[in-house]
Amino acid sequence: MDNHILSAITFFPLIGAVLILLMPSKSFKLMRWTSVVFTGIPLLLSVRLYQLFSPASTGMNQAELYQFVEKYPWISTFHINYYLGVDGLSVTMVILSALISFIGVFASFNIQKAVKGYFALYLLLATAMTGVFLSLDFFLFYVFWEVMLLPMYFLIGIWGGPRREYAAIKFFLYTLFGSVFMLLVMLVFYFSANTFSLVELSSIMISKDYPGYLNVSVIRNAAWILLFIGFAIKIPVFPFHTWLPDAHVEAPTAISVILAGVLLKMGTYGILRISYPLLPEETMKYAPYALGFLGVVNIVYGAFVAMAQNDLKKLIAYSSISHMGYVMLGMASLNVEGMNGAIFQMFNHGIITSMLFILVGVIYDRAHHRDIHALGGLIQQMPRYASFTAFAFFAGLGLPGLSGFISEALVFLGAFKVYSILTIIAASGIILTAAYLLWAYMRVFFGKLHEQHREFPDINAIEVISILPVAILILLLGVYPAPYLNVVEPTMQKMVSIFSDSSGLAFNLINQMSHYLFRG
Amino acid sequence: MDQMANYIWIIPAAPLLGFMINAGVSFFYGADAPAGLKKLSALLSPAVILVSFFIGLGIFLEMLGHGESERAVSQNLYTWIKAGTLEANATLYLDQLSIVFVLIITGVGFLIHLYSTGYMDHDRSMIRYFAYLNLFTFAMLILVMADNILLLFVGWEGVGLCSYLLIGFWFAVPKYASAGMKAFIVNRIGDFGFIIGFFMLFWGVFHYSGTTNIAFDSLKSVVGSLPGWYLTTISLLFFFGATGKSAQIPLYVWLPDAMAGPTPVSALIHAATMVTAGVYMIARMSFIFIATPFTLTVISIVAALTAFVAATIAITQNDIKKVLAYSTVSQLGYMFLAIGSGAFTAGVFHVMTHAFFKALLFLGAGSVILSAHHEQNILLMGGLRKKIPVTFITFFIGTLAIAGIPGLSGFFSKDEILWKVYSTPNEFFPELPLFLWLTGLITAGITSFYMFRLLFLTFFGKFRGDDEEAYEEVHESPLTMTIPLMILAVLSAVSGYIGLPESLGGQNLIHKWLAPVLALKEEPVVNHEMESHLMNLSILVSFAGAFMAYVLYILKPATPGVIAKTFAPIYKLLYGKYFVDEIYEAVIVAPLLKIRLMLNTFDHKIIDAFVNLTAVVTKAISRLHGIFDRVFVDGAVNNVATFTQYQAGIMRNLQNGSMNRYLYYIVGSFIMIYVFIRIL
Amino acid sequence: MNFLFFEGISQNPNSYLILAIIIFCAGIFTVLTRKNIIGILLGIELMLNAGALNFIAFSFFRHESADYSGHVFAIFVIVLAAAEAVVALAILLAVYQQRRSVSTDDISDLKG
Repeated sequence: MDNHILSAITFFPLIGAVLILLMPSKSFKLMRWTSVVFTGIPLLLSVRLYQLFSPASTGMNQAELYQFVEKYPWISTFHINYYLGVDGLSVTMVILSALISFIGVFASFNIQKAVKGYFALYLLLATAMTGVFLSLDFFLFYVFWEVMLLPMYFLIGIWGGPRREYAAIKFFLYTLFGSVFMLLVMLVFYFSANTFSLVELSSIMISKDYPGYLNVSVIRNAAWILLFIGFAIKIPVFPFHTWLPDAHVEAPTAISVILAGVLLKMGTYGILRISYPLLPEETMKYAPYALGFLGVVNIVYGAFVAMAQNDLKKLIAYSSISHMGYVMLGMASLNVEGMNGAIFQMFNHGIITSMLFILVGVIYDRAHHRDIHALGGLIQQMPRYASFTAFAFFAGLGLPGLSGFISEALVFLGAFKVYSILTIIAASGIILTAAYLLWAYMRVFFGKLHEQHREFPDINAIEVISILPVAILILLLGVYPAPYLNVVEPTMQKMVSIFSDSSGLAFNLINQMSHYLFRG
Repeated sequence: MDQMANYIWIIPAAPLLGFMINAGVSFFYGADAPAGLKKLSALLSPAVILVSFFIGLGIFLEMLGHGESERAVSQNLYTWIKAGTLEANATLYLDQLSIVFVLIITGVGFLIHLYSTGYMDHDRSMIRYFAYLNLFTFAMLILVMADNILLLFVGWEGVGLCSYLLIGFWFAVPKYASAGMKAFIVNRIGDFGFIIGFFMLFWGVFHYSGTTNIAFDSLKSVVGSLPGWYLTTISLLFFFGATGKSAQIPLYVWLPDAMAGPTPVSALIHAATMVTAGVYMIARMSFIFIATPFTLTVISIVAALTAFVAATIAITQNDIKKVLAYSTVSQLGYMFLAIGSGAFTAGVFHVMTHAFFKALLFLGAGSVILSAHHEQNILLMGGLRKKIPVTFITFFIGTLAIAGIPGLSGFFSKDEILWKVYSTPNEFFPELPLFLWLTGLITAGITSFYMFRLLFLTFFGKFRGDDEEAYEEVHESPLTMTIPLMILAVLSAVSGYIGLPESLGGQNLIHKWLAPVLALKEEPVVNHEMESHLMNLSILVSFAGAFMAYVLYILKPATPGVIAKTFAPIYKLLYGKYFVDEIYEAVIVAPLLKIRLMLNTFDHKIIDAFVNLTAVVTKAISRLHGIFDRVFVDGAVNNVATFTQYQAGIMRNLQNGSMNRYLYYIVGSFIMIYVFIRIL
Repeated sequence: MNFLFFEGISQNPNSYLILAIIIFCAGIFTVLTRKNIIGILLGIELMLNAGALNFIAFSFFRHESADYSGHVFAIFVIVLAAAEAVVALAILLAVYQQRRSVSTDDISDLKG
C-alpha cells in the first residue's frame, strides 16, 4: 500500500462513489456510512502519509526530491503521464482536503433529497480535489481541476437554496472562464517544451534556458497574467470574488465547507505549484501588485463588506475573502517567514472556516434562516453551541493560542520586511475582523431570546463529531505549530531560493521606512 | 541551582488546570450544575491560584538568597514558533520585575477569587465565572512570565479575551454585552500598534545586528544598534499598544464601560491584571524606552493629561463603580507619568500599591452594592457605615490610601512619582517637568476630593433611598468577602513602607530590588530638602481635597447642587465625560460604518452588476447568434429536410405494413436480380 | 453405403432437381397467396425442404464417397427449420393472444 499511497488516497472516494451508485436509493443510512468509511480511509492514509513523509528532502524542480512518486505513461503520444508526488507544500494540503472531506460527510447527514446522487457526487468531488493537490503533471492537474467543477456545479445547483441555479451557473461560468486561461498557458508550455511535467518544466524555466515560444518575454508575461487570472478567480481575488458569496449562500452546508475549506486553497496552491516555479522572473515582477496589493485589498475590502452583511453565511463568505488576502500577502513577500505563514494560513483558514460554516449550518437547520437581526439571545438556549461558535470566532479573528494567530503573525512578519506600508494597512484587518465577528456574535447570542427560538435543541452529537476534530486541531496547532511548520519549512526554503538570486523585489526595509515616514 | 526554579511552569499551569476543569464542568452541565459541583468549583478555583502564589513566593524567597545579577530564573518548555529567521520559544522567565507582578497577580488574584466565592454564590453560572477568572489569571501570568515579545503577546491578547468574556458575563443585557465587545475592540486597536512595533523591532534588529533572537534578554544588548528615529517609532507604537491595555488617552474609553461585569471582575481588571499589563510591558522593555527621550516626553504629556481628565470626570459621576473606574484611569496616568520620567521603579511601585487599594475599593464597592440590593447610585445611599461596619472601615482605609494621606501606601508611591517627575529634566522642553508635576499635584487634590465625596455620600449622612425598609435590610457581607477586604486593608496601609524614600530615612527597598533589571536614567541630583518641601505640599493638597469634600457633602450638602447649576456648562461637560465616546462615535465609528455600507453597495451594485451585465450582454449576443442560426444556417438545413420529407412521402406508400406485399417484393426482387445478372 | 445404390435409381440428379423445383414453387406460391400466417410458415417449410433436397441430390451425385458436407447441410437445414418454427410459432401465439387473429391483414404495424 505504501507504494501507491497517493493513488489510494485519491481514488478511494471514487470507489465509494461507485458503491453508492449500486445501492438501493432508499438506504440512506448505508450510503451515509459508506461515505464516512470512504472518506475516513483516505484521512487515515493521509495521516500515515504524514508519518512517512520526510520533511528534509523536498521537490520543486528536482524530481528525485519528490516523495511517494507514481509515474506511469497515460497518453504517450502527447507525453502525458499519470504523475503523482508530494512535497512539503502538497502533503499538508492533502491532509486538509482529506480532513475536510471527512467532516463534510457528517455535515451532509441531514440531506434528504436524492441522497444517492448527492453522496456519489460528493465523493467524486473528494477524489478530484485530492488529485489536484497531488498532480505533478500539468495535464493531469488540469483534468482534476475540471473534474472538480462538475460535481460542484450539481451539488450547488440541485441541493442548494432558493437561488441555487443562479449561484451554480455563476460559479461554473466564473471558474470555467478561469480554467480556459489555464488551458491556454498549459498549451503554450507544452508546445514550447514538449512536456507536461511540472517538475521538468520548472527545472527548464529556472535554468532560464527558455525553449520555443517561451523565449519571448511578452509570452511569459502574458502567461503569468493569464495563469493568475485563472487562479485568482478561484481564490477569489477582489474584483473576481462575487461568485463566492452567492455560491456560499446557496450551497448546502457541507458544500460550503468544501468550497471554503479546500477549493479556495486551490487558487493559491496553483500559484505556488505552477506560477512560482514555472515563471519565477515574472513572479518577482508581478507579485507585489497582483498578490501583495490585491491581497491587502482583499483583506480590507472583504472585512468591510463582511461588516455590512446581515446573512451570517454571507458574512463568513466575505471573511473568507478577507482571510485569503492574508495568504496572498504572505505569498507576495517571497521570504520564508511570509511563505510559511501563507501556507499555514491556507491550512488554518481551511479548518477554521469549515468549523464556522458547519456552525452556521447548525443554526440554519433550526431557524431556517440566517438573518443576524432576527436571531438573538441564543446563548441561553444553546450554551454549548455558543461556546463552540465563540471558539471558532476567536480562532477566526486570530486570537493567540489558536492556530490562526501564528499564520497571520508570520504573514505580517514576512510581508512587513518587504512591503511595510501595505502590511500596516493590512494589519488594520485584525481590528476590522474583530469588529465584525464580535458584532455578529453579540447579535446572535446576546440580548433577548426570541420566543420562537425557545424550542431549539442544543448542538447534537453528529454536529459535535463534525467540528470536534477541527477544534482540537485549531487549539493544538496554536499551542504547538511545529508539526506543521517543520514539514513546510524546507519546501518554502527551496521555493524562496529560486527568487534569491535576483534581488529585484527585496526593498530595503529601513530605506523604505525612512522614505515613507520622514521624507515622503 | 534552585529547587523551585524547576517548578516555574506550575505557576501558569495551575490556573490553566482550574480553567480546564471549570470549563469542562460548565460545558457539560451548563447553568444547571449540581450544588456539590458548584461548591467544589468555589473551593478549587481559589486553591489553584493559591498554589501559584506559593510557588511564586518560594521562588521569590530563593531570589532573595542570590546576588543581584543571579536572580533571574527561566524554564524553556518547547520551541513554539520556528519559521525562517523567527524563533519564538515558549520559555517562562522570572526576574525581579516579573516576580513582583506574579506575586501581585496571584496574591491579589487569590483574594478576589476568595471574595467571588461569596459574591457569586447565588449566580447560576458561577462555574463559568470561575473558569473565566482562572483563565484571566493564567493569561496575565503568561504575559508577565513571557521570555519574548511574541509570547507576551499571547498573554496580552489573552487578557483581552478574558475581559471580553467577563465584562459581558451578564450577556442577557445588551448594554453589558456591547461593553465587552468595546473593550476587546479598543484593545485590538492598541494591539495593532503593538504588533507593528514588534515587526519593526524584529526586522530592525535583524537588519542592524543580524540577531534573530527575540528574547528580551538578547534584545537588550542589541537595540543600541538601531537608529534613533527607528527606535522612537518602535517605542511609540509599543506605547500605543500600552494605551489600549492600560487605558490611557486616546484608548481609555473601554475601561469605564468595563464595570458592566461582576464587581470582583472589575477589581481583577483594575487592580491585579489587564490594566497593569501596559505598565509591565513598558517596564520590561525599558531598555528601548530609555533610549528614546521623545517617546518618554510623549508618554509624560499623555499620562498627565489622562490623569487630570479622568480625575475631573470622576468628580461628577454618581455610580459608585464608575467613580472608581475613572479613578483607575487617573491612577494609571500616574504610573505612566513615572514611566515618562524614566522612573520605572516608581511606576511599578505604584502598580503594586494601587493593586492593593484599588482591589480593596472595588471589593468594598461590591460589598456595598450587594448589601444595598444592587443599588449602585451613591446619591441613593448614605449612612451605611452603621450597617456595614467592616466594609466601611476597610473602604475608609482604601480611601485614605488612594487620597495620599501620609502613612498609607498610596502616599509613598504617589509622592515618589511626583518627586521623580519634578526632578527629572526634560531635554526637549525644560519647563515640562514643572507643568507635569503641577498637573500631578492638582490631580492628587482632585483625587482626594472625589474619593472622600464617594466615601461621605455612601457611608455618612442620612439614607437617601426611597425605601426605608431596604435600608433596614442592609446587612454585612459574609466572611468570605470581608476577610479579603481586611487583608487588603492591611496591605493598603503598610505596603508603602517597602518604598519608603530616603528623605524619610527609608531604604526604598522596591527601587533597590527592581533597579538591576530595569534601564534607568541616571539618578537626578539628590536634594532631600527639596523633596521634603514638595512632600509637604502634596500632603497639604490631599488634606485640602478631603476637607473640601467634608465641607460640601457633610457640612453643607446643598452646595454641590448650587455649584453644578452655577457652572452648568462645565458640569455638563464633566458629567458627559467630555463626550469622548460621542466624538469617537461620530468621527471614527460612524465613517467606518458608512464605508462598510458603501463598499457593500459597491460590491453589489458595481462589481456584481458588472458580472451580471457581462452575462446579460453574452445572452444578448447569443440571441443574435440564434436569429442568424434560425434564418440562415437552420434555413438551409431545414430545406434539405423538407425535400427529404417530400420524397419520403412518396416512398412510404410502398411500405403499407402488409406482410404479403412484402413477400411479393422479396420474390419480385429476387427475380429482378436474377434477370439483371443474366442480362449482364 | 452400398445398400443405397439399388437398381432403378437414375444416374443423374435431374429428376431430384425437378422435384425440388416443384416443391420450392409450391412453397413460394403458398407463401405469396396465403393470408394465414400458419400457411405462410408451411410454405417456408416447403421451400426449406426443397433446398435440403437439392443439397442431398448434389452431394449424392458428386461420387466422392468421403464427402458428406451436403448431408450435413441438410441436417442443419432441418434443425434450422425446427428452430425457426419454434420461434415463429411462439411469436404467433403471442400475436394471437393480443389480437385474436393470425391473418396478415390485421398485422400491419410496420406500415411506414
